[in-house]
Amino acid sequence: MARHRFIPGFGLTLGFTVFYLSVIVLVPLWFLVLRTTSLSWAQFWAIVVDPRTLASLRLTLLTSFAAAAVNAVMGFLVAWSLVRYQFPGKRAIDAIVDLPFALPTAVSGIALTAIYSSNGWLGSVLEPLGIKVAFTPLGITVALIFIGLPFVVRALQPALEDLDPAVEEAAAILGAGRWQTFLRVILPAVTPALITGFTMAFARAVGEYGSVVFISGNMPLKTEHVSLLIIAKLEQFDYAGATALGSLMLAISFVLLLAINSLQWWTARRYQGN
Amino acid sequence: MDRRRFLYAASALPFSLIGCGSSGNSGGQAALRNVSYDPTRELYQEINQAFGRRWQAAGNPAVMVEQSHGGSAKQARAVIDGLEADVVTLALAYDIDAIAERSKFLPANWQQRLPNNSCPFTSTIVFLVRKGNPKNIRDWEDLAKPETAVITPHPKTSGGARWNYLAAWGYASRKYGGDESKSREFVSALYKNVPVLDSGARGSTTTFAQRKLGDILIGWENEAYLARKEFAADGFEIVVPPVSIKAEPPVALVDHIAGKRGTRKVAEAYLRFMYTPEGQEIGARHHYRLSVPEVAERHHADFQPVELFTVDGMFGGWKAAHQQHFRDGGLFDQIYQPGT
Repeated sequence: MARHRFIPGFGLTLGFTVFYLSVIVLVPLWFLVLRTTSLSWAQFWAIVVDPRTLASLRLTLLTSFAAAAVNAVMGFLVAWSLVRYQFPGKRAIDAIVDLPFALPTAVSGIALTAIYSSNGWLGSVLEPLGIKVAFTPLGITVALIFIGLPFVVRALQPALEDLDPAVEEAAAILGAGRWQTFLRVILPAVTPALITGFTMAFARAVGEYGSVVFISGNMPLKTEHVSLLIIAKLEQFDYAGATALGSLMLAISFVLLLAINSLQWWTARRYQGN
Repeated sequence: MDRRRFLYAASALPFSLIGCGSSGNSGGQAALRNVSYDPTRELYQEINQAFGRRWQAAGNPAVMVEQSHGGSAKQARAVIDGLEADVVTLALAYDIDAIAERSKFLPANWQQRLPNNSCPFTSTIVFLVRKGNPKNIRDWEDLAKPETAVITPHPKTSGGARWNYLAAWGYASRKYGGDESKSREFVSALYKNVPVLDSGARGSTTTFAQRKLGDILIGWENEAYLARKEFAADGFEIVVPPVSIKAEPPVALVDHIAGKRGTRKVAEAYLRFMYTPEGQEIGARHHYRLSVPEVAERHHADFQPVELFTVDGMFGGWKAAHQQHFRDGGLFDQIYQPGT
């Protein structure tokens, strides 16, 4: 059955959407790929399989994934508190969540390094326990958690607001335990939003430079983020090499985002289907 | 929701203001633009004022010099990509070579146009050590000892760090009579002692001074003086090794841009001013070594003696040094190959 469109202007808005996306997103990215093509396949491949590149890819993806996963759990708790409870200072806390958005990332990087280095507030406590944070992959993850938190919280808040507490009461009346209510009633309802938040936090982390460069220590093979390798190539006026790495990251990010988005569509449909 | 938006804007405001403040003296008539690297901010503030006075006193209209600062290679890329610089004053000739080669805005022989390899001020690479020099660091040799932790930035992302690297290599090369494998061993041992490679010289200074990492910071002599003053309470000491590299940050007129903007005359006068006794005195105040012998003579006592080699003499120029050491897979990368 063909659905009747009661909002006019479909053609116009779609046309505008395509045009706008092309100008803002696709043209610059196309240019990136185009510049890479000044390299031969062999040269491109040599950059990709260089041990430094592989090590930094692994570091970037793993730390980004770990940070997004931590944010998914902790961000859920934050969003839950902000939506479900009334408490003094709630508005202030709500605003604090946005601070990592607004802060220049270099500022956060320097602040985090100051706190977590061996003579910093937290670093001086953690180091005797054998936990080194600054200048290790753990430090990079901490920085990525910091910048990624608002994405999860802001994605989850509307979904949790939509969730009627009466649904939980109904579940309890029908005999569900607390865990059952959480796992079978609440979580499925907010999973699409959670995945959205996770994806945005992950994507943001993969492309991060400012905060990571200060806390990572930039040791080759150990703590070199992909962004740093790209900058290193640019510093040597190796535009083709830098764009090659950029294109590689673009491809990897695109595949990952596509996969996560498909997962989100699937869970959303499944939930609505129920 | 509206309140949230307002909070966004309000929280971002101070940072955007800071951003404006650091972008230099914009506004007014900008007659001349000097695109420079990071630690020259104070030097050129003073040079610009003094030059402005001289220029006007000679019967010319008032001139306002607009400054832009950033990492040296980043600034060079900005000029290549269209930032209109009448003069460039960068950390190494390689970056100005890149502008000449890629944009053809200035002739390839630009470095021969002004005295002293187009460097009105030079410096050298020295050591900053902790109070009392507890590890007794005197020479390059001491940096490769296993119990020493050395702080220096990443040569791939910092122009200043490339001078540090080449200074160490040059020392080893002289010591071992040009034996490459022995020099490589020495430089590898030194870099094995580096726990953190910051992306720029300023980051390394912070790591050394505020994070208290490392026994010794390698850096430019003039910046070591600044760091010692800034962190006076820490009592850092400057150690000048017996042998080091002559750090040459060159200046150049960007012919094409200056011609287009009609600033050639004032730009040339500006660069020449740096070689006058007045300009040189300003350089001396900022702890640069001087290129005009008569003025340098007066400040002889300010600097500790050091035997200097040059990039041209030791490495055959920046292009060759880059090809051998800093390109991908070059000698610097080989230090960090897995399994070494």
